[in-house]
Amino acid sequence: MRRFLDRYWYAYAMVLPVVVVIAVLVLYPLAQGVFFTFTNINEGNIANPILDRPASYDVVGFKNYVNVLTGGESFGAFWGTLVRTLIWTFSCVFFHYTIGLGLAMLLNRQVKGRTLYRVLLILPWAVPGFISAFSWKYMFNAQYGIINQLLRAVGLPDPVWLGQSNWALVSVIIVNVWLGTPFMMVALLGGLQSIPGDLYEAAEVDGATPWQRFRHVTLPGLRSVSSTVVLLGIIWTFNMFPVIYLIAGPNPNARILVTYAFERFFSGASRDYAVASTYGVLILSVLLVFATIYRRALRKQGEVW
Amino acid sequence: MTLDASSLKMVQAGGARPRRTDRSRGASIALHATLIVASIIAVFPVFWVFVTSLKPDARAVEPTPKLFNESSFDNYTRVLSGEKGDFLAWFGNSVLIALMTTVLGVFISATAGYAASRFRFPGKRGLMMSFLLVQMFPFAVLIVPLYNILIALGLNGTSIGLVLVYCTTAVPFCTYMLKGYFDTVPNDIDEAGRVDGLSPFGVFWRLIMPLAKPGLAVTAFYAFLTAWGEVAFASAFLSAADESKTLAVGLQVFVQQNRTEWGHLAAASILVAIPAIVVFYLVQRFLVQGLASGAVKG
Repeated sequence: MRRFLDRYWYAYAMVLPVVVVIAVLVLYPLAQGVFFTFTNINEGNIANPILDRPASYDVVGFKNYVNVLTGGESFGAFWGTLVRTLIWTFSCVFFHYTIGLGLAMLLNRQVKGRTLYRVLLILPWAVPGFISAFSWKYMFNAQYGIINQLLRAVGLPDPVWLGQSNWALVSVIIVNVWLGTPFMMVALLGGLQSIPGDLYEAAEVDGATPWQRFRHVTLPGLRSVSSTVVLLGIIWTFNMFPVIYLIAGPNPNARILVTYAFERFFSGASRDYAVASTYGVLILSVLLVFATIYRRALRKQGEVW
Repeated sequence: MTLDASSLKMVQAGGARPRRTDRSRGASIALHATLIVASIIAVFPVFWVFVTSLKPDARAVEPTPKLFNESSFDNYTRVLSGEKGDFLAWFGNSVLIALMTTVLGVFISATAGYAASRFRFPGKRGLMMSFLLVQMFPFAVLIVPLYNILIALGLNGTSIGLVLVYCTTAVPFCTYMLKGYFDTVPNDIDEAGRVDGLSPFGVFWRLIMPLAKPGLAVTAFYAFLTAWGEVAFASAFLSAADESKTLAVGLQVFVQQNRTEWGHLAAASILVAIPAIVVFYLVQRFLVQGLASGAVKG
């Protein structure tokens, strides 16, 4: 034990603050949250230290999970919502990555005004999310929003973007693509700049076409950056609640798992903490399964992390 | 998993590209046209908020929007003079909370990132995995247990409590980022420092931290933004008194009672966006400087 501490104490001392903060403010609430999923806890029966009221909720076993997983409409139509969440996640991350990569490759060239372009293109990342949400909500407004004004001016149909139709999902995807592309672009630009220039020169000497250079130099060179940012992007997008919540509100056509957890948590007279936590645990399970598969697929290709 | 540090710092020594000076005129035009269109799309929503912020509330919702319509800075003066709520107090709270989150978050993720980059110790893998796990759970649904813990620690309603909560959101990503960044700093530097008699902490604080400035700048930006624009935790954990609100919470006064005061909301939004953009600009300048030094070496 003595030797163990002698050897590692400075490493542990440096990790300690993070571990303490995470343990106290994440793991303990998480454990409590998991416990909540087996109860019928809500605003009415939780212990209230301010009113000095003791807790009066009951343990109900797996009832919450059964209610949610049987997919009842009154419990958020879990399976339909899951499908919508997957559509939302994959279309957002797909566009983040492709647009981000395209812009990063343009910015990686010798272009006049490159710094200015870069500043402008990163701007959506720098603006606080609730302000972007407000701005887009205003622009998407069916009557006086600028987007429909433009569409009408050029004679295109002007949908009610944030109404009760799938346009609501399209709208929030557009906003999130706008919001998330700068991060991918910056990450991939860093990755591109770390690919040694001689690789391109060698490829050019060997007579590789631009497409071949992209396919056999650029993409492999970006492998490690890409695998990380795509995984993070998927996790973040899956749990991205402010965009949808602030723009579409509790609109079932734009509902994903995490926004439903929020609806359960915040709305109604009896805030249903139990069902909200159940959704949280289910989200965590889906993402864990996904991350495991993703890692295994990467490992098969010889990538280790 | 490592987040390649180069991914976010945008600074890479000697990242010289084959310079395609022979690009045709048409290709040049297409390149600039694409970048210009993309920049316009990136900037337009913010620009539109700015335009709206100059209009009176009633003019902001006209059926045919115009660029200018009875525009003036009235909304700004009214927001700043505190007619709608104590804007300056909210602003001060937000600055304080965001700065504390930045300093504390960057500091603890730098130490943890350095330890994970340099030392092998039992539990390291578990720690890194738990960071990933932490990102997977929607923590906002844990407001109730978090609230109880803050009460138990005597921190509910205080800025410190909120700062700690924000740190839990920012720290996992920042630690990954900084670990990746420290990985690119050669180990020889540490060894040279140790030979010269510095303690492990001395090496970290006096040698590695100054070298990692670009990585720290990006992490600081991320931590600042995490705290600056957050709504859910801030409205749950701060006391309801008007003078203790943050901006994100306080601005809700413009959206109440079925009637959104678009002009005022837009003006307030621009005022909120300015500090974030200033921080962004500071980081940006830092990155440009890094890029330049890279180019000199290349």
